[in-house]
Amino acid sequence: MSQAPKLKLAPTPGQTIGPFYGYALPFEKDNELVNQANPNSVRLHGVITDGKGEVIPDSLLEIWQADENGNVISRDGSLVRDGYTFTGWGRTAVDNVGHYTFTTVNPGATEEGKAPFIMLTVFARGLLNRLFTRIYLPEDTAALAADPLLSSLTEEQRKTLIATREEDGSLRFDIRLQGEHETVFLSYPRES
Amino acid sequence: MSTETTKDESFENSHVLDPAATADSQETISKEITSVHEAYRQEVIAGKKAETQPRINFAPYRSSLLRYPTKNLHHVDPETIELCSPAFGQRDVHALESDLTIQHNGEPIGERIVVAGRVLDGDGRPVAGQLVEIWQANAAGRYIHKRDQHPAPIDPNFTGVGRAITGPNGEYSFTTIKPAPYPWKNHHNAWRPAHIHFSLFGTDFTQRMITQMYFPGDPLFSLDPIYQAITDQDARDRLVATYDHSITTHEWATGYNWDIVLTGSNRTWMEDEEGDH
Ligand SMILES: [Fe+2]
Repeated sequence: MSQAPKLKLAPTPGQTIGPFYGYALPFEKDNELVNQANPNSVRLHGVITDGKGEVIPDSLLEIWQADENGNVISRDGSLVRDGYTFTGWGRTAVDNVGHYTFTTVNPGATEEGKAPFIMLTVFARGLLNRLFTRIYLPEDTAALAADPLLSSLTEEQRKTLIATREEDGSLRFDIRLQGEHETVFLSYPRES
Repeated sequence: MSTETTKDESFENSHVLDPAATADSQETISKEITSVHEAYRQEVIAGKKAETQPRINFAPYRSSLLRYPTKNLHHVDPETIELCSPAFGQRDVHALESDLTIQHNGEPIGERIVVAGRVLDGDGRPVAGQLVEIWQANAAGRYIHKRDQHPAPIDPNFTGVGRAITGPNGEYSFTTIKPAPYPWKNHHNAWRPAHIHFSLFGTDFTQRMITQMYFPGDPLFSLDPIYQAITDQDARDRLVATYDHSITTHEWATGYNWDIVLTGSNRTWMEDEEGDH
């Protein structure tokens, strides 16, 4: 890949979400990308912890993903969920014990042979800027082995980005901001 | 959008137990800030590129100590989903949600202001039709949030939450009340400069950001470890709105301008490159 073009304007700095977003950002059914009654619905859940292994209840997560067929959706209606429209985007405030849940579908591969993943953004009090990472589905081992990002990681790091499939079909993905098994967080071209 | 205190909040009094709270003095915090900034200035003199974002590892902000990733961010080229963003529209946001002064039966107390500007990407292109969300304290420095135990009055006519969808030139405008500074638990006698929290989306999800807008000339700037986590003065200045008399309206509200620049979109140049093959 060649060099990304230089930015023309300097980007505005981020700041922490702070402790008081709870009455502002969450909305009804914010974490339900599909209705639980949908036969293809999947629970994506986990906990978020700090460098001491303590849970982080004051954090907010967002996911953004393709639909089951790997199509990237461009449809409004995320903030006023009608229970039928899949928009690909969801938000949730982590609960008092650091646990989060999204109701969604397994994303399909956006291109033939690519490993499907869900994009995750983490905001928290104490976190001065947002963090990005990917939640890979565990099933397609050939696609996972060929994935450029995963291939560039150590086995230990790689494990932090692949969700676990639970017996009931749920996806489990824990987020560790610091310490042992620290989640791999990402940066992209043209951030500065 | 909820206009009342969230019912299922159960964090009551948890601020008292915040393990990150310290009894450090402002002097201690300010010294730490100065030493990080001085080290940064030396690096810039030695030829390092100017920083544009806050440090995520910034010890004077005590709650960051156990919450910043210790490993470097892993650089990755974005794939399809990362080059797109969710769509929001009039279905999601009502036009009246950008006026925070009309959400209740009466007029809120405080200085009525209009904050207006544009959302641009790193190439200077307007980000049109995207969601902007704001939240803020009232004119007394109090949030409508159960965890906010600051003994300043709640204003029954002010919630402090707004939303808007940007126009074709990336423009947005909120009518609100000027928020006041408020105390917090980082160290002894810690006060946040007055600010409005902003949440923004771009054309690529990699441009997603949350930040805070400040008001010009705030005497608390130099003392605040969250604002000072941005080591570069030019970068810090980008979070400060400008008083703009052309936004001020006759006998109604004073006006501030604040333009927001997101990081660069990767879609166009990556597609162009694909086309080369
Ligand atoms: Fe705040």
